[in-house]
Amino acid sequence: MAKLKELAAQEEKFVGGHRGCAGCGAAIVARQVLMAAENPVVVGAATGCLEVFSTIYPYSASNVPYIHNAFENVAATMAGVEAAYKALKKKGKIKKDLRFIAFGGDGGTYDIGIQALSGMIERRHRVLYVCYNNEAYMNTGIQRSSATPRGAHTTTSPAGKVVPGKLQLRKNLTEIVIAHEPDYAAQATFGYWNDLVTKVRKALACEGPSFINVYAPCRLGWAYAPEKTVKVSKMSVETCIWPLYEYQDGKYRITVKPKEKKPITEFLSMQGRFGHLFKWKDDVPIREYQAEVDFIWERLLKRSET
Amino acid sequence: MIVARTGNEAMAEAMRQINPDVVAAYPITPATEVVQLFSKFVHDGLVDTEFVPVESEHSACSACVGASASGARVMTSTASQGLALMHEILFIAAGLRLPIAICLVNRSLSSPINIHCDHSDTLASRDAGWLQIYTENAQEAYDTTIQLVKIAEQVLLPGIVSTDAFIISHGMERVELVDDKDVPAFLGERKVNYSLLDVDNPLTLGPLDLQDYFYEHKRSEIDAMDHVLPVIEKVQKEFGEKFGRYYPIVDEYKMDDAEVAILAMGSTGGTAKVAVERMREKGKKVGMIRCRVYRPFPKDAMTTALTKAKVIGILDRSDTLSSLGGHLYNDARSILYDSHTRPILKNYVYGLGGRDISIEEIESIYTELLGIQKSGAVDKDIVYFGVRGE
Repeated sequence: MAKLKELAAQEEKFVGGHRGCAGCGAAIVARQVLMAAENPVVVGAATGCLEVFSTIYPYSASNVPYIHNAFENVAATMAGVEAAYKALKKKGKIKKDLRFIAFGGDGGTYDIGIQALSGMIERRHRVLYVCYNNEAYMNTGIQRSSATPRGAHTTTSPAGKVVPGKLQLRKNLTEIVIAHEPDYAAQATFGYWNDLVTKVRKALACEGPSFINVYAPCRLGWAYAPEKTVKVSKMSVETCIWPLYEYQDGKYRITVKPKEKKPITEFLSMQGRFGHLFKWKDDVPIREYQAEVDFIWERLLKRSET
Repeated sequence: MIVARTGNEAMAEAMRQINPDVVAAYPITPATEVVQLFSKFVHDGLVDTEFVPVESEHSACSACVGASASGARVMTSTASQGLALMHEILFIAAGLRLPIAICLVNRSLSSPINIHCDHSDTLASRDAGWLQIYTENAQEAYDTTIQLVKIAEQVLLPGIVSTDAFIISHGMERVELVDDKDVPAFLGERKVNYSLLDVDNPLTLGPLDLQDYFYEHKRSEIDAMDHVLPVIEKVQKEFGEKFGRYYPIVDEYKMDDAEVAILAMGSTGGTAKVAVERMREKGKKVGMIRCRVYRPFPKDAMTTALTKAKVIGILDRSDTLSSLGGHLYNDARSILYDSHTRPILKNYVYGLGGRDISIEEIESIYTELLGIQKSGAVDKDIVYFGVRGE
């Protein structure tokens, strides 16, 4: 269990002054994840919001070594970094005990980067891959990704007169990663900071690959007031839209169980991206989304019992 | 040690002796063997390399970027579609000034799909900021692989050494190997000024670089390329002095008194040398120029070579698909613009998709060039040699 005072006393690894939006979830993810690391870390970032707002030359918000290569390849890039570390450590050229963290948005992870991520885990590189999941291509201006939920308005799944936002359900990437049998996999969100920090520490302690899918509300793309970011993050857990759980040694464990499972409308109504659904001619999109959430939650409850 | 090796085996042997820190690679015909043989070296404990058998060439190049940025000596191998899949990352590796060496086998690009030799793969990547050296035989491929690692690390740019698919990659030849211990001694350790693994001096690599800095950074990369040729020459000379084999940047064969000549790249250089001999036996003064180093383009040495003859037949194993003919032809025309003496040029695009070119065919080209010399005129400046219906 991390103590807030201890975390706050640390030297910042991801500093302020960057160009993230007010209320940016991705920036909180980067800061909290790096804060949790107890060993020196080397960080990679996929092209995306985090990379763009934190490293505009000649400035960098990163106080730790950082590499950005391209959009779809942060997992492969960090696999190469880790391989170099192993080779140079074997030769005595590196003495310190380092850890490696890859950051990618949902576009860079669920979509264009899934192949490199799959390869990185299969080859069992000791890298923690953190997906900061804001459910769309926010950096390019809010386009749908395979992480975008049913009904959400994005600029490529617009709330139209005939089609109410995205027609398809979200891809369950966490389960796809778990099917690779990584050393550790989890879902987290910064509203539950201690849960996130604990998971990062567990992941970094693993000898092999680990993955944390961190729900990262985006005030711009989700259309809510900037000060509500943490509230939205918490509501995602209370509605079971984003269950907090982990998978290790073949076992599922729900790490935060909401006292009372709220209907997803309480989460949806906080955000402009779902606003059209409440005026839509029927409740089909909301029902389908609720059914998906219920199905996944029920399955998770069963899995975490055994 | 003198051994019998194919081009692929020779390149793999060079990689074994280089003993890179990291090799990240993916199989592709006809370069698969290089990776395959190297994997065996890894599993037999003959090298210390961290071998990363990635899930695509895109990831191969990406992992090489990460590893090279971490200060490792890094190599990979690929061909054709594999290089095309790496294309995006090629520019990033060069822009970040990361030495990486690719042992490449030149194979045509789809479509139509084909596994045999032409130079369309590397030439499609000619503007990516990588050094490109085309070799004539397995011996040269082996020697150049060793040289390239040293050159790339000195100029802080990545590079490609290539062989012609099947002609060199799978052709068994006599190859003289350097002693195992002499290769690390020749290369020395990679000198690393900035490493991603130096956590005490954190580096931000690959930041967003907008209008106010991008151009200066790109300019410095262009400048780096401008300074590569003397380094190549220095390393080649050093290699020649140590191991007895030297290859010039522009390989001239019987050019001093040549009246007509051909310019070619890769294994055709070897075939053409035999054709030159046969023509000379018939009393014809012909020569051959082989472009060994293609990137950076050796403008001065190439101009000197081209202006020695009155007529040059330029053999391109590639086409620019622009109605302007092959790559070398366009390069030659471009550099000769400034020259006081300009030979007559004729472009022979040939051998696409691995269609063989014989000694006799090259002799027929020489005969045609001698005819052009006599008449002083070219009927058709770009021809597609050896294709049906032409």
